[in-house]
Amino acid sequence: MSWLLASPILIPLAAAALAFALPDRRNAQRVLSVGGSAALLVASIMLLVEVSQNGMVVLQAGGWAAPFGITLIADHLAAIMVVISAIMAFATAIYALADIDSGREGLGYHPLFLVLVTGINGAFLTGDLFNLYVWFEVLLISSFVLLTLGNRRAQLEGGLKYVAVNLVSSLFFLVSIGLTYGLTGTLNMADLAIALQAAPQGMVTILAMLFLIAFGIKAAIFPLFFWLPASYHTPPVAISAIFAGMLTKVGVYALIRAFTLLFTQDVGWTHTLLLWLAGATMLTGVLGAAAQNEIRKILSFHIISQIGYMIMGLALYTPLALAGAVFYLVHHIIVKANLFFVAGIIRKVAGSFELKQVGGLYRHAPLLSILFLIPAFSLAGFPPLSGFWAKLVVVLAGVEVASWPIVVVALVVGLLTIYSMTKIWQAAFWSPAPEGVEFKGPAPKRMMVPVALLATLTVVIGFYSQPFLGLAEASAAELLNPAIYIEAVLGPEAAASYVAPILDGGRP
Amino acid sequence: MELPLAVTVGVLFGSGVYLVLQRNLLRFVFGLILMSGGVNLALFVSGRLTRGQSPFVPEDRYTPLEGIANSLPQALILTAIVISFGLTVFALVLLLRTYERLGTVQTHEMILRLNDPLPDTGEPLKDRRPPQPAPYGMHREPPEGPVDPFEGVTDSGSGEPS
Repeated sequence: MSWLLASPILIPLAAAALAFALPDRRNAQRVLSVGGSAALLVASIMLLVEVSQNGMVVLQAGGWAAPFGITLIADHLAAIMVVISAIMAFATAIYALADIDSGREGLGYHPLFLVLVTGINGAFLTGDLFNLYVWFEVLLISSFVLLTLGNRRAQLEGGLKYVAVNLVSSLFFLVSIGLTYGLTGTLNMADLAIALQAAPQGMVTILAMLFLIAFGIKAAIFPLFFWLPASYHTPPVAISAIFAGMLTKVGVYALIRAFTLLFTQDVGWTHTLLLWLAGATMLTGVLGAAAQNEIRKILSFHIISQIGYMIMGLALYTPLALAGAVFYLVHHIIVKANLFFVAGIIRKVAGSFELKQVGGLYRHAPLLSILFLIPAFSLAGFPPLSGFWAKLVVVLAGVEVASWPIVVVALVVGLLTIYSMTKIWQAAFWSPAPEGVEFKGPAPKRMMVPVALLATLTVVIGFYSQPFLGLAEASAAELLNPAIYIEAVLGPEAAASYVAPILDGGRP
Repeated sequence: MELPLAVTVGVLFGSGVYLVLQRNLLRFVFGLILMSGGVNLALFVSGRLTRGQSPFVPEDRYTPLEGIANSLPQALILTAIVISFGLTVFALVLLLRTYERLGTVQTHEMILRLNDPLPDTGEPLKDRRPPQPAPYGMHREPPEGPVDPFEGVTDSGSGEPS
């Protein structure tokens, strides 16, 4: 099944290469962008089915045995993330047909978008630390170009901050890789999990903190998130949406991987720290959003506060909490990207992103209003939408281990999220339109279709959540038992030599 | 040999951090270059240093001799150098573009220049070339009134050629 495992990387890469080769054929590029994403969606769903039926799928690139070659591996978490990234790629590709202007298309929007998707999928599927770095760079360089494509002043100013902070994060990542190699002599993640158990505890914790900084910048956790609200509102909405949906979540995925597989020796210190960071991330994000009056900026700050919930699930480190974190990831990616899509339609219909300059959309575009309400209520955690189940599981996990402060923070942040969403609803949809607003016809179908698609998915996850929770629980079970991962990569003998750390030493 | 190299790494990082903290973004990029040099050296040292033992396999053998230099960190460094070269070039070009469009490389001045009263026609501010049409018709933005700099910008970037 090796072709199946490599296809989420190869399909967008091949489409990107073809699109690069046809710089003047705009229609061909559009077909490649949409068709490539559709093919990717099919392949990734097949991969998820394969993983959930037959367990982890492993590919040793070039036939080199595990600790020496590069390993690709799909466990439940990776397969779920690849499916979500394919759904996002497909929705964004359709939305971009109406949103990206011909100028940006001429500058190579489509191939860059496909390279971005390649990098995202590569980061999810790799089982090698240095390879993860390479995939991070692949997605970073294409995100740099996508962010600044078009050279508007605001884009350049926001892009510089984004580029600068992410380059520093890459340096942190690379130096942590160097030190890890110096300490253990291996970079294969499964092999590292074994080697780090025997390494001196102090050094391992230092490495864990270095990785926390490197991945924390990408994931936009407190206090490393300042680049995000400074840059995410500057590019066209199609680009903002895929960034908002996927890029920070690659960081969260890397954090989950690192702090369940590699750094579990000193849970009392590392995961307690993560718990504090989670609380601070939630609070600062939601308070920042409360102070904003531009739709995309409100949504950008909400990305940060929602990241806090996922980190909370990781930090609590129980089966229920990890399942909640995975479920939250899935729910959040769909909902957040959808809200950005809706913001783009608001701009298209009413002419602005500023809450003061739009209004009356409920009267003028009732369908759009409903399509906004679904993701907005889901983000705020209204039953029975997907966000309710996500928050419920994470909060329940907090109650289970009697970690009351974080439970209180999570509930308060949920309330404040409702405040922000009703603020958008009230200003943009309910209040009468301010003078001078000219409504431009119905929104383009190519923009409405992906919004409706993602909203349907939100409702389906809400009403029919058991299979999704089942997948999340399966990933949590794998994450909490690294021996399964090690056995899949290195074989049963190596898995037997892995001594699982004692987990109840100092639970937060 | 480890000690002098470790000190070098420290010096590179220290001076890199000093430059990164400057307001001038050109210095920021120079700081990044110094730091990535330091990172590459750190990778090199982490593979352990062995003198005068090239990692070649003699003709009559299938495995290399004992005690040869570790070639893996060198492969890692090579990859890292290529990546950081590309990223540095991109950062420099981005900086040049920003300088042309905003007229400054000082971080604290940039946010103010976003709403500069100068017409934002897409022509670089300090362009010595003869006037050229804005490429792809994407640089023309609607005229902006004075806006509070902390409100950010109202231009959408949402891809509608105006």
